[in-house]
Amino acid sequence: MSLSTDDVKRIASLARIEIDDTQAQATQAQLNTIFGLIAAMQAVNTAGIEPMAHAQEVFQRLREDAVTEADHRDAFQAIAPAVENGLYLVPRVIE
Amino acid sequence: MKWETVIGLEVHTQLATQSKIFSGSSTAFGAAPNTQASAVDIALPGVLPVLNKGAVECAIRFGLAVGATLNRVNVFDRKNYFYPDLPKGYQISQLAKPIVEHGALKIVADGEEKTIRITRAHMEEDAGKSLHEDFHGMTGIDLNRAGTPLLEIVSEPDMRSSAEAVAYARALHTLVTWIGICDGNMQEGSFRVDANVSVRPVGQQEFGTRREIKNLNSFRFLQQAIDYEARWQIETLEDGGRIQQATVLFDPDTGETRMMRSKEEAHDYRYFPDPDLLPVRLDESWIEAVRAALPELPAAMQARFQREYGVSAYDAAVLTGSRALAAYFEAVAQKSGQPKLAANWVMGELTAALNRSELDIAQSPVSATQLGALISRIQDGTLSGKLARQVFEGLWEGAGEVDAIIAARGLTQMSDAGELETIVDAVLAANQKSVEEFRAGKEKAFNALVGQVMKASRGRANPAQVNDLLKTKLQ
Repeated sequence: MSLSTDDVKRIASLARIEIDDTQAQATQAQLNTIFGLIAAMQAVNTAGIEPMAHAQEVFQRLREDAVTEADHRDAFQAIAPAVENGLYLVPRVIE
Repeated sequence: MKWETVIGLEVHTQLATQSKIFSGSSTAFGAAPNTQASAVDIALPGVLPVLNKGAVECAIRFGLAVGATLNRVNVFDRKNYFYPDLPKGYQISQLAKPIVEHGALKIVADGEEKTIRITRAHMEEDAGKSLHEDFHGMTGIDLNRAGTPLLEIVSEPDMRSSAEAVAYARALHTLVTWIGICDGNMQEGSFRVDANVSVRPVGQQEFGTRREIKNLNSFRFLQQAIDYEARWQIETLEDGGRIQQATVLFDPDTGETRMMRSKEEAHDYRYFPDPDLLPVRLDESWIEAVRAALPELPAAMQARFQREYGVSAYDAAVLTGSRALAAYFEAVAQKSGQPKLAANWVMGELTAALNRSELDIAQSPVSATQLGALISRIQDGTLSGKLARQVFEGLWEGAGEVDAIIAARGLTQMSDAGELETIVDAVLAANQKSVEEFRAGKEKAFNALVGQVMKASRGRANPAQVNDLLKTKLQ
């Protein structure tokens, strides 16, 4: 499998990354090298091997259900570009 | 052409934990904006999620309650999309290996029992809230809800009418509140329903193209939205049109659904396993401990109520509408020893009074012990049904205990034969016309006389005694 320049532009748009045609072509070449690597790995016979979701054979540690966080709103909002009435303000979004 | 509607539901239940799914922030509803949003919830760089054991336990409890498979190893994935109330740019959810799969829930719709299969239920985090009121042309973001634990419960497309969909949603609502994993508050968004609706000619095997109605927050809206959507799809197809896969919103003011986004604009979520979270393992000992602590479930309790108390299947279903209601009924039945009377009073007089005052069973001014005592006084003949309702009103107003109200208001049935005879004689004397009519063969005249005696005794006379005495006197 290899990626077209359109694929690269679509992925960039989904990730909100602005790229021009030159960058898209350079990225396409780099990504296709990675796909080559994946193709090489897919040649390995993995029949009977349980798929892994994580590189290590360890499991998630769980937290007791208790409230441990205090309110730090003022500190967090001191570095926000715009706030009002305790809300973060962002460019208008209407779906 | 005859059409068949096909419905599957996705229900987001907010889990009743103290803290969020990946942080120690409080999940309490109604706090000032962003005061319950920690560094993890607002996605400051460098933070890591730590999974809440309480949320996992809620999911286990649900899986056991619907007889599902619990995946001993389950995995969190990232669902990527951009929206300002999702600060990380992805939602942590479960795609390939959810915690719960292959469950089932029994429903009763239009008098028929049916099993709805549950495809899966997975844990995920909620997003924040966007406030679109005008803040100088900007949108306000409150992240208090961000990171609140959800269990998304997905059904198979097993429902064939809006009535079945509502019955399933109600049964699910009863179950999640019953086992204590969700407060069920629909106004506050603790239980939100998405409905996938399609239509097909009766007899056709393949499903039609579906449209998904998002975020229905009442059973009434669920019913209205499905009915409108199915009608719209049938009309579109009969007019030669085609259905395009789409996401739609229901507008309660117009009762119509309208397109939010089509399939072409649909998100590409680019799911992948979240590298910040390790796979979750469920130990057998933990699962068994959760199983042992489960309460008797609604279906089992309905069967027992029918068996032990002799109530009908319908009554058993109504009485197990909530755990509090079921416990109340059972207390009244045991206190009075009269389960059928108890069922009638709980579903009749008590429920009507609660509805009038918009109270929940837990807030009932009349306790189960008091109602049980009242029913005992009907059973032993002290009270007629009519007098009992007056005593019930006294209990509701907080006028004291049953026997005290009976004494204070003189509500006992008349047991003194002499007193009743005096009244009967007076009524006969005053209603000579009815007496003559009865003797001439008019049965209705007899009922009129009974009514007059009851009225003269202010309802205290025992109707059976009145009947006997009148018959004797009129012979």
